Amino acid sequence: MLKLRSHLLVAIRAFFLKNGFIEVETPVRLPAPALERYIDAIPAGDWYLRTSPELHMKRLLAEGLAPIFQLGPCFRAGEHGSRHRTEFTMLEWYRIGADYLDILADTEALVRHAACALREERLAGWPAGGVDVDAPWPQLTVSEAYQRYAGWDPVAAFDADRFDLDMVNLVEPSLPRDSGIVLIDYPAEVAALARRGAADPRVAERWELYLGGLEIANAFSELTDPAEQRRRFETCALERAADGSEVYPLDRAFLAALDEQGLPPCGGIALGVDRLLMTLTGAADIGAVTAFGGESG
Amino acid sequence: MFSASDLRKGLKIEVDGHPYVITEFAFVKPGKGQAIYTCRIKSMIDGSTQMKQYRSNDKIDKPQLEEKTLVYSYKDGDHYVFMDENYEQVLLSESVLGDQRFFLKEEIEVNVLFHNDRAIGIELPIFVERKIIHTEPGARGNTATNVLKPATIEGGYAIQVPLFVNEGEIIKIDTRDGTYSERVR
Repeated sequence: MLKLRSHLLVAIRAFFLKNGFIEVETPVRLPAPALERYIDAIPAGDWYLRTSPELHMKRLLAEGLAPIFQLGPCFRAGEHGSRHRTEFTMLEWYRIGADYLDILADTEALVRHAACALREERLAGWPAGGVDVDAPWPQLTVSEAYQRYAGWDPVAAFDADRFDLDMVNLVEPSLPRDSGIVLIDYPAEVAALARRGAADPRVAERWELYLGGLEIANAFSELTDPAEQRRRFETCALERAADGSEVYPLDRAFLAALDEQGLPPCGGIALGVDRLLMTLTGAADIGAVTAFGGESG
Repeated sequence: MFSASDLRKGLKIEVDGHPYVITEFAFVKPGKGQAIYTCRIKSMIDGSTQMKQYRSNDKIDKPQLEEKTLVYSYKDGDHYVFMDENYEQVLLSESVLGDQRFFLKEEIEVNVLFHNDRAIGIELPIFVERKIIHTEPGARGNTATNVLKPATIEGGYAIQVPLFVNEGEIIKIDTRDGTYSERVR
């Protein structure tokens, strides 16, 4: 398995280098982890371990370095299960002048490239993963998915209480087990750092890739408006305070970069490398695809 | 109180005033959403199970449980009477004990579990020995060891035993599932 993992990492790097991307490494320990309502950071001294490299990578984009990708560890407190580890490997990439659909085209090409690279290794006796990643990925809007599987439309009338529960209990279990699908156009209430839809402002330009029912990646047409970004951070800080969660300081350096240099229109994505490897090898537990996975937190 | 992040397999929690133990546990967290902790919980009173989901901010009650070692004394109508070292009596009904009642013997020590000072169950020694009071003789010449036949032990408990076990013999019974373990003599 660890040899396959090595092949996957090599295939990912080869794919991006071939497509003109620059590999970057941004700080793993930071003073201000990205504010997200349901993502908790692990303290490291007076600072925190990163939950994602997103804000630093966007600062590089604001400086004009693009397109960029990064492969490395991220840490999220309290996330442990058959599909979660507190420490996991994230792949993020960003393109200037691109939107979430351009990023989707990248993702399809990347996953196929990676599957092809691993398939050669699997000839040595490793069982196939059971998910056909070469078949086209249909796109299903979040609105359609909830109407079909949960009987309501979160875009027409958002219900924060039901959204996550129905996603876990009704929507995700209905997604195909043997192929990929893209859930697209999330309600603006769960936009995170995505910009609102140009055609329909009730939705955010965000999609998530599911392979065999497993959530693999989350992509946005990135929010670039500094005022809107500041508002979302402040709302999130209030929500976290109301939840009794720790409220991290605002990332002032990131907001200053948006104000001063400005973030050009761009698209970006975060992809769970461990989960991609699970899909490609048929592993049922994330611990099986990482070194010392049984011991990891 | 427990918070959702304390939940794990084997943890004992209280739901609607009843004590439960978590027998299956899964952590899921949909993209950018809140963590959802899915548990199968088993009632510590009647063994019934149900699914329960908690979210990150949920608080879960902690049951007030206590275990005491008591001595089984005697049966009084539908009730089984246990005593502590001060001869204080604790009564458990037939419905709470279920099949465990057949494996009680006067003067044996058992662990009695209390929830809010109410006795809700007992923990027996894993093995007890009982005499077969009735079983048909095994078919002659049939030496297969995995074929079972019905038998009745003292107290009236019905059990499946191998063909070679005869009336009047003593067998060892596993009290966890009430099955035959081995022949003693």
